[in-house]
Amino acid sequence: MTVASAEAQPLLQVRGLRMHFPVTEGMIARRHIGDVKAVDGVDLAIQRGETLGLVGESGCGKTTMGRCILRLEKPTAGEILYNGIDIARLDRRELVALRRRIQVIFQDPYSSLNPRQKVGSIIGEPMMVHGVEKDPRRRADRVRELLSVCGLNPNFADRYPHEMSGGQRQRVGIARALALNPEFIVCDEAVSALDVSIQAQIINLLEDLRDKFNLTYLFIAHDLSVVRHLCQRVAVMYLGRVVELAECDELFDNPLHPYTKALLAAVPVPDPAVEAERAFQPVRGEVPSPINPPPGCVFHPRCPLAIEQCRRVRPELRELRPGHWVACDVVS
Amino acid sequence: MPPLLEVKELHTEFRTGAGVVRAVDGISYTVDPGETVAIVGESGSGKSVGALSIMRLIPDPPGRITGGEVWFAGRDLMTLSEEEMRRMRGSEIGMVFQEPMTSLNPVLTIGRQITETLEQHRGMDRAAADQRAVELLGLVGIADAKRRLEQYPHQLSGGMRQRIMIAIALACDPKLIIADEPTTALDVTIQAQILELMQKLTRQLGVALIIITHNLGVVARYAQRVNVMYAGRIVESGAAAALYHNPRHPYTIALLRSVPRLDRPRPPPLAPTGAPGQLSACFRSHELDITAGAA
Repeated sequence: MTVASAEAQPLLQVRGLRMHFPVTEGMIARRHIGDVKAVDGVDLAIQRGETLGLVGESGCGKTTMGRCILRLEKPTAGEILYNGIDIARLDRRELVALRRRIQVIFQDPYSSLNPRQKVGSIIGEPMMVHGVEKDPRRRADRVRELLSVCGLNPNFADRYPHEMSGGQRQRVGIARALALNPEFIVCDEAVSALDVSIQAQIINLLEDLRDKFNLTYLFIAHDLSVVRHLCQRVAVMYLGRVVELAECDELFDNPLHPYTKALLAAVPVPDPAVEAERAFQPVRGEVPSPINPPPGCVFHPRCPLAIEQCRRVRPELRELRPGHWVACDVVS
Repeated sequence: MPPLLEVKELHTEFRTGAGVVRAVDGISYTVDPGETVAIVGESGSGKSVGALSIMRLIPDPPGRITGGEVWFAGRDLMTLSEEEMRRMRGSEIGMVFQEPMTSLNPVLTIGRQITETLEQHRGMDRAAADQRAVELLGLVGIADAKRRLEQYPHQLSGGMRQRIMIAIALACDPKLIIADEPTTALDVTIQAQILELMQKLTRQLGVALIIITHNLGVVARYAQRVNVMYAGRIVESGAAAALYHNPRHPYTIALLRSVPRLDRPRPPPLAPTGAPGQLSACFRSHELDITAGAA
């Protein structure tokens, strides 16, 4: 089964992706006692120029998905087709070429920039590594250009990260991601560490850059409001699986999966009038361990709609409305 | 009815290599019995330091409370002796911090951490304290209390640990709980469980709550009154509904507009430009420029 629209070939297509991390016991003779099933069978497609939001709570596997697509992890099983090429099987040399086209923006602008490197050298490094702009003067010009594209003073090239605020550092991280003119950027919680007013500035910048350079984003976040603001389509993950996938407004206005509903209901809206009218019962329990996920539907122990079948049969994604996919056998 | 807590012109400074930082620069507000009051603001606005100052928990040096009064149940907390203050904390005023993993002692069992409070402040013997601990866990919705009391913090999930923190805060029947970003470290479904629990318990037990948060949604859902802090001062305060629907201060307006809304499609982009003013320098409110993209 593939979740792709009938139109042109998607830029990125993930099929049956699994990423299991072994759990071992014992100090010397390590015994394999199980696997953390961080990603456990995910199908996704991202069209060129699209921003796909990937949301879910801690431990749902969204970051591991991003790391597999960046090939920072080698998936246990499944295919990741980028422009039709399966990048899950590329060797080291082939990966270098891939990394010019796929870049990443990390969450924490404090730990993702080397404190002993000047900003100019941080942004220039990808160009050095990949042998573009070999001439130092032209590389410096390019760095200044990237800084100004990202809304920073070009003279910041001579600063160290500690001389900058969190928002400014995140702009440096974005400039670095843009240095090689990538097509596709994985934004892993790119605005989560920032205060709301700074967050809004960075979201606006990401939108501007997307339009300017025709970028495709995989936007990984736990903050649903940010995702609603920025994405065209959204995939909701729970315990290593995609449970719902739909156009952004459709998903937020008309969620179908019980987990998505619970997740949306849990987010308080910044408006006392709306909140006063909202009857709300938080979903019970906590996310189970990904080492021993529940059989059948992984959400069934917390689900208000669960029936006997949910305990046994793993639900596959079904297209309940055009473009709206749900992995639940109870809702219709 | 007089307010339960009245903060008057509170000032707290930190002496740093770069000069004196006026983290809290003359804040005043009140909390009525049983009421939930929110303090909102971004990082560095002074909201946490303000709360720690009420409890006189500012590390000195480098910090110092340089002025102001904090009236609680008829006494000015700033004039109490250290011993009187110690008896106040955890007994009359409970606290819940952001990160339960760092605020619980990792080498003591959950049970010991709850009973310690009861033995210290209420003079209970071990058996009575144990009994009360079981009751408290039931109150905060933890099943299988006997087993949980023998566990250590690392054996519990984040949400469970925060429930324990709430149980400790409630242990001595305080009149006021100060919760500093109580759910920031938690996932959104767990956050909802914890906030609903705190609302239920404060109502049921008639405890007043000061909730310090950067999340404007949390404020809208749970607070009756709101104080918005910016650069060490309260720039706007009022009833939650009025403040959200008719914000007056440019910062409040900008803050509310910069929050992406889950219940609405995309609005036009707008955000304040720049970053909060330097607290060590003399701060002027016009330094915040909200003209960019203003409607």
